[in-house]
Order: sequence, then C-alpha cells, then structure tokens
Amino acid sequence: MKTPDILIVGGGPAGMAAALSAARYGKEVVVIERDPHLGGQLIKQTHMFFGSEKQQASVRGFDIAYKMIQQIEALPNVTVLKSTTVTALYDDGVVTAVNRAGYHKFLPKTMIVATGAFEKSLAFPNNALPGIYGAGAVQTLMNMHGIKPGQSVVMVGAGNIGLIVSYQLMQAGVEVKAIVDAAPSIGGYIVHASKVRRMGVPIYTNYTVKQAHGEKSLEGVTIWKLDEKWQPMPGTEMHYDCDILCVSVGLSPLSELLWQRGCQMAYVPSLGGYVPKANEHHETSIANLFVAGDVSGIEEASSAMVEGYLTGLYCNLRLEVYAEDMAALIADYKSQLHDLRSGPAGDKIREGLAQAKLEEALHVG
Amino acid sequence: MLANTGIPTEEDLKGVFPSMERLEKGPIAIFECYQHIPCNPCYTACKLGAIEPFADINDMPKLLEEKCSGCGLCLAKCPGLAISILDYTYSETQALIKIPYEFLPLPAEGEKVTALNRSGEPVCEAVIVKVLNPATFDKTPMISLAFPKEHIKEVRHFKRLV
Amino acid sequence: MRITTHPVLDFKREEAFDFYFEGEKMTGYPGETIAAALHANDIKILSLSAKNHEPRGLYCAIGNCSSCLMVVNDIPNVRVCVEPLSPGDRVERQNGQGDIV
Repeated sequence: MKTPDILIVGGGPAGMAAALSAARYGKEVVVIERDPHLGGQLIKQTHMFFGSEKQQASVRGFDIAYKMIQQIEALPNVTVLKSTTVTALYDDGVVTAVNRAGYHKFLPKTMIVATGAFEKSLAFPNNALPGIYGAGAVQTLMNMHGIKPGQSVVMVGAGNIGLIVSYQLMQAGVEVKAIVDAAPSIGGYIVHASKVRRMGVPIYTNYTVKQAHGEKSLEGVTIWKLDEKWQPMPGTEMHYDCDILCVSVGLSPLSELLWQRGCQMAYVPSLGGYVPKANEHHETSIANLFVAGDVSGIEEASSAMVEGYLTGLYCNLRLEVYAEDMAALIADYKSQLHDLRSGPAGDKIREGLAQAKLEEALHVG
Repeated sequence: MLANTGIPTEEDLKGVFPSMERLEKGPIAIFECYQHIPCNPCYTACKLGAIEPFADINDMPKLLEEKCSGCGLCLAKCPGLAISILDYTYSETQALIKIPYEFLPLPAEGEKVTALNRSGEPVCEAVIVKVLNPATFDKTPMISLAFPKEHIKEVRHFKRLV
Repeated sequence: MRITTHPVLDFKREEAFDFYFEGEKMTGYPGETIAAALHANDIKILSLSAKNHEPRGLYCAIGNCSSCLMVVNDIPNVRVCVEPLSPGDRVERQNGQGDIV
C-alpha cells in the first residue's frame, strides 16, 4: 500500500492546478487520471480564456493545458497514473484504483477529489439516435481527433458551452442551422452569442426540441416554442434537416466517490445538482478529504484552476508545511476567486456556494 | 433584443460607437462588450492607456476616445472577439474595418466579399485590403475590409463569395 | 471525415494502420479512440439497445453513458469512446447486453 502525502483524483484543470501547488513544498503527490492523458476537458478548448493575466486570459484552453502538463511532468515529487480509475474510497481512508497493470491501494494523508462533471441529457422522442451527442463528445471528435462529426447541426443550449461549441463546429466546417434554448434569454456570455449570430446563426430562446427524426441515425429535428410556464405551444414547430444534434444543457458534478465515502452533500441547482458541503478550505465533512473544480459546483474552467491551486496549498497547510510565501499565495488565489465570482455572472455561483457551505471549519487548526 | 438574440440593438450600439467628430480624426477601436463578465485583457493589452482603468475585473471597457490610435493591439487579445477597428478616413468614399476572423481558408488581399451586419445579413460589397496573421495574434488573424462609408454602423463581418 | 486544415489546431497524424469493423478493413491513426476512428470512417451506429435493439451511437465520449459499448477482439462491453484503437483491432457492433460467459 502506498501512502502519498496528497492524492489527487482527476487530472483536469482543477486536478492539474491542485497537483502543481500541492507539490510546491516537496510533498509526495499522486495524481490518478482515468484517461490516457492529463488535461480533462481543457485540452479540447480552442477558444481564448476570459479572466485576467493571472488566469492566462487570451490564451487558448489547450495551450494552458499543455503548459500545465509539461510543468507537472517536470516535477520529481509528482507521480501521475494515467488510464487508471479510482474505484472506491473506504471508511478507513484506503483508496483503491484499477488499471491494466492491476489493482492498487493507497492510504493518502490528504486527498483532493477533482473528478469534474458530466453532461446532462434531455428527454425527447428519439433522443438516443446516433448523431445526437453531448457537446463534449463533439469537441472530442473535432478538437482532439480532428474528425468532422457531420455536415449540419442544431445546437440545444445557449450557455457558454453551447455557444462556444457552435462556433467551433463552424471552424470545423459544419453548418450550424440554429441554436435553441428553453430559457427566456441567452445563458452564456453575450459576446459568444454575437459572434455566431453575425455569421448568420439564429438563436431561438424559449424553444426546445419536440422530437428527433431518423431511422438508423439522425436526419432532422423539430423544435417548438415554450410559453411563460415552459409548456410547449403546438403550432410553433420548426423543422431542420441535420445529421448532428448537439445537447448542451448543463453539467452535473461527478460526485459518486464523495457519496460513497459518506460526505455531507447538498442539492444546489445553481451548482449543477448534488455537491459536497465544504468549508472555506475546500475540505468536506470527512477530515482530510478536499474538493476542487466542477465536482464541488459547476463553474468556468478559470475558477476551477484557481480552486485547484488553492486546495493544493490547503493540503500543505494540513500537512503542517510552513513556508514564507504560503500566506501570500493563498491570499492571492482567494482574491482571484473572489474577482472571478464577484460580477453578475457570478451571482448564482456565490448564492450556490453559500448553500453548500460547511459551517464549522471542522478539521482545520 | 441582445440578451435573446445576440444582436445588439441600435441603442446598444449607440453606447459604444464613437462620435462622428472622433471618427473623422482617424481609426479607433470599438468595444462591443455589453455585459459585466470577469475579463480584462483589452485593458492590459492597451499600451496607450486608452481604456479607463478597471476598478473590478467585471467592468466593461470604457474607451478614452482621444487616446485610442486604432492600433489594433487589443483586437486579437479579446476572448470574445468583440473588438473591431473602424477607420472612417480610409478614403473619400470608403471606410475600413478591421475584424478578427478565425476561419479557413483566409481571404486573399484584393478579394471581393459580401459584408455582413450583426445579424449575419448581407449589407454591401466589400474588398479585403489586408490579412494580418503574425504569431503574436495566436491564430486570430486580423482582416481589413473596405466598404462604402454609409454602412459604417452596419458592417461587422463578411462572407466569402467562393 | 478527418479534418486536415483547421484555423486553430494542427493535427499531426503518425503512420496509419488497418483495423476491422464487422470484417471490413478501415484506416485508423495512433492516438485515436475506437469511436473516433469509426466516425472518421462514417460509422455512427455503434451498438443496438438492450430491449428494443434500436441503434445507439457515441454520446458522452468520456466513458460515462454506456451508449457506445461494442465487442472488440471478442471482448464485449468495451467503451469505445475511451478505448484507444490498436492496429488490427476487430470491432463489432454489440447487440444488447454483451455475452460475457
């Protein structure tokens, strides 16, 4: 059984950031990632990031990811286990994982769960036809493997992911026929909406999918309008021929491991569903079990990375590392998070995090 | 309206569009950023101090018209591709707009294209004057197109004819 | 269809190799998942559903949703969206639940 100082589950933006700061003072860090590579969804992001210079604004997502991967690989005190899936967190603190080489056991001193999120699906007739994808799957095909997923697409969801992936589909040569969203207004940043709109893509708010069509695979989709009570209005149907329907209706935290371990959870819709209750040090109700990134509430990747950096430092604090620069670093990351969440775009996040707050700082000190 | 369609209204545009007086003095940047989001690279990119200092990262850029030279340094840095440079003084009859364009194939200099408005509808014919794609722009090429002056409030994108 | 030129990304592909879908020879590249290579060859129906045997394709591409389970080299229930493609792989559509005994 291995006994690392800090075990991190998930090598996406939050997990990578956590690994970098967890390793800063020489502690032994293990990162477990189920994919054959680090980076999570960040390596599929071809757009420039928002935020400030500190969060590498204007740098494209995949460039941020590759830089972090290089930094992690250069650290002698970080072990990365790729193609490895964590299967259980036991009550005695043992963590088990499996890969092609076999079964592995760890008893970490502290642990950060940064497992991210999965895409929600949408219920409508024929919603399982081939040709209907989550937005992340389309990004995987286009931006990781360089495969054009089809000829024309209807996008469901006008949040940031729906808008960004629509634009990426156009960059890959796919015709975007329409973007529809059941909400009364565009959920993503308006600048993303404007940039697809001025290329002629209509955005229909208050619309949802009535039905997908096709025998063996998708051939078209019918959308219809919703009234103010979100009820469909017969007679408002519009039909589009398309071979891709892309579903981007939000994300849910991948929190199974936290449930299994018995963490106190809270249902917070604005954070994507069930999230772990966590104190101000991102520690859950289970001592020495920390969380960072989307698993603790859906946000932008920039925030996930800052959370990761911060949580890596909190683990060091727990391991009684005292370093001159640590207090300043923590203060800086906290102020970055505060800034990213402080505007109207962060209203729901702040509200949600308040609901998921573990009141007592149970284990720190 | 903007929040439902992604198309800025005349009123929205009025708030960010330079005065005629300023336009007649030469090129200037237009920031079509209408929403408080956590983002400030335009401010940090500007070497002329032409954007009012951000008190908060969620501030919207506020341009100091007299300080902006229309240099375009901010254009490729905007993650929202919300910045264009408009030169009303380009010629007697033509204005010039510089916009980011992240699609292939890139147009050729001298190529005739259809100018599009903010809804993606055709406005007029335009000519590609310059295609700039240096490494510092990090794959956000800057395209200059010339078009009849009367359309300065409409033209914001283009479509190739081929 | 594989993208050769892209405004932002460079796709550097190493040497292609063969694999087989339902006995038919197809081309794949190192680093592709099985699902990606099948898409590049225009194969979108990956399995048939357990109850009604309706076509199913790629959905989540992160190994979560089970829409893409296929039989690979006689092993059923392979999540082809995350399984790397290897030269000579024999990939078959899975009809319903995989037969594991």
